Amino acid sequence: MSVVKIDNLHKSFGDLEVLKGIDLEVKKGEVICLIGASGSGKSTLLRCLNLLEEPDAGVVNFEGNILTEPGVNLNKLRTKMGMVFQSFNLFNNMNVLKNCSVGQMKVLKRSKAEAEKIAEKILIEVGLGDFIFSPARVLSGGQKQRVAIARALAMNPDIMLFDEPTSSLDPEMVGEVLDVMKKLANQGMTMIVVTHEMSFAKEVADRVVFMDQGVILEIGKPEEIFANPKEERTKEFLNRIL
Amino acid sequence: MPDSLWGGVWYDIITYWPLFLEGIKNTLLISLTGTVIGFTLSLVIAPMRLLKSTSRDSLLLKIVKKIVRILSTIYVEVLRGTPMIVQAMIIYYTIGRIHPALSWSSPIQCGIFVVSINTAAYISEILRGSIQAIDPGQTEAARSIGMTSTQTMIYVVLPQAIKNSIPAIGNEFVINIKDTSVLMVIAVTELFFSARSVAGIHYRTEEAYIVAAIAYLFMTFTATRVLYWLGKKLDPPVAKAKTKKKLKKLVRRV
Ligand SMILES: Nc1ncnc2c1ncn2[C@@H]1O[C@H](COP(=O)(O)OP(=O)(O)OP(=O)(O)O)[C@@H](O)[C@H]1O
Ligand SMILES: [Mg+2]
Repeated sequence: MSVVKIDNLHKSFGDLEVLKGIDLEVKKGEVICLIGASGSGKSTLLRCLNLLEEPDAGVVNFEGNILTEPGVNLNKLRTKMGMVFQSFNLFNNMNVLKNCSVGQMKVLKRSKAEAEKIAEKILIEVGLGDFIFSPARVLSGGQKQRVAIARALAMNPDIMLFDEPTSSLDPEMVGEVLDVMKKLANQGMTMIVVTHEMSFAKEVADRVVFMDQGVILEIGKPEEIFANPKEERTKEFLNRIL
Repeated sequence: MPDSLWGGVWYDIITYWPLFLEGIKNTLLISLTGTVIGFTLSLVIAPMRLLKSTSRDSLLLKIVKKIVRILSTIYVEVLRGTPMIVQAMIIYYTIGRIHPALSWSSPIQCGIFVVSINTAAYISEILRGSIQAIDPGQTEAARSIGMTSTQTMIYVVLPQAIKNSIPAIGNEFVINIKDTSVLMVIAVTELFFSARSVAGIHYRTEEAYIVAAIAYLFMTFTATRVLYWLGKKLDPPVAKAKTKKKLKKLVRRV
């Protein structure tokens, strides 16, 4: 069963064509790692999935809902697609608990008590039980990113989209965030992860997608892609990064 | 009344202090309520000016948003582009001509109205700048968990924009303390009006206005200090926040 199915997705910024016809199907429970050079369109693809970026053409089908069609209840469907950003984007005016409960209360209409109970449970799971009343801004990068993951999880998503979640972290904090993501993957969460952490991709990904200049050039199991890539550009990219 | 300047000033203070006090009271009343009401209005006007249409909006919604944008822009431009003293005259004398039931019950009421709508225009511009300065990532994060654009504005963007605008909003209050003096033209008994009345009693102008100047300075200086102190309280350093966290945890355990 597929959670997300995209067909022939196109996106341009002015004259710059960033996505040149992307097809991808993500099955339930699957972990997809999206790799590729800077500017190849990875973030744009991810942002087109939850319509933070409006595609110019093509279809995004999420659990049977055509997101690219007018009239869908986008806000309701977005709660089912958690997104984690490279720069955390925690709500600066709220503490950790509020960051993870405000969406539940305002969007899912859960009561304050229920929302906070759920938020607290998830925060403990990601190892932040001691920080629920801290203002977001006093946390370390790794802690912030774990809060961001908890915030998305609190909405009970069916898929999690990660856009380079560890790229702006100090090296010693990368592990704590990747551990949370591994745990999530093991629990069966469907995930699309844009990452430069190749060891994570090797270990966790069911499939690795290599993007190059707005197209998916190669797609396959991590062992295939990393051990013997078929495309010359994939080889070049992996040589550069590994 | 003594002949010397400072003797005259002292004489005015001890003799006519109730008049000056009445002026000070009204000046503070008008500038404070005017700032509060103006600020409240600006919370609506600033987002109105920033309404954006998306490709998902229906044609009707796009048109409505455009009209709202145009109207709020006109509001701000007209109020910022004309002197308050002129607005006060027009509003005080013409509103009753639109409909008799609309006439002002007192000059002060009209004064508060004029200061409020002016302050709304100025603060909405301050807020608009602050809203635009908020990291777009905040909005994206809010939208990504399903918040509507209105919810995003109310719960995420505006609180941060307001906080960043507090010094500038405080400054508007200080400006209002001084600028309410123009309401003298519609016979509001604020401080300038009091000074003018006192000056007329003995035909000694300078003394009365020196008293007024001292009173204005006292009010603006105090307001500036209080606002500075409030600003510090609202923005506790990290260390303080941590203590607060510990305290709260303690309270929860007990
Ligand atoms: N909002 C935008 N307006 C204009 N150009 C954009 C916008 N967003 C992205 N681009 C351009 O689109 C191209 C692809 O960007 P994208 O962020 O998708 O790449 P990426 O693969 O995520 O790269 P990176 O690894 O650096 O994050 C880049 O050339 C970028 O400059
Ligand atoms: Mg990117």
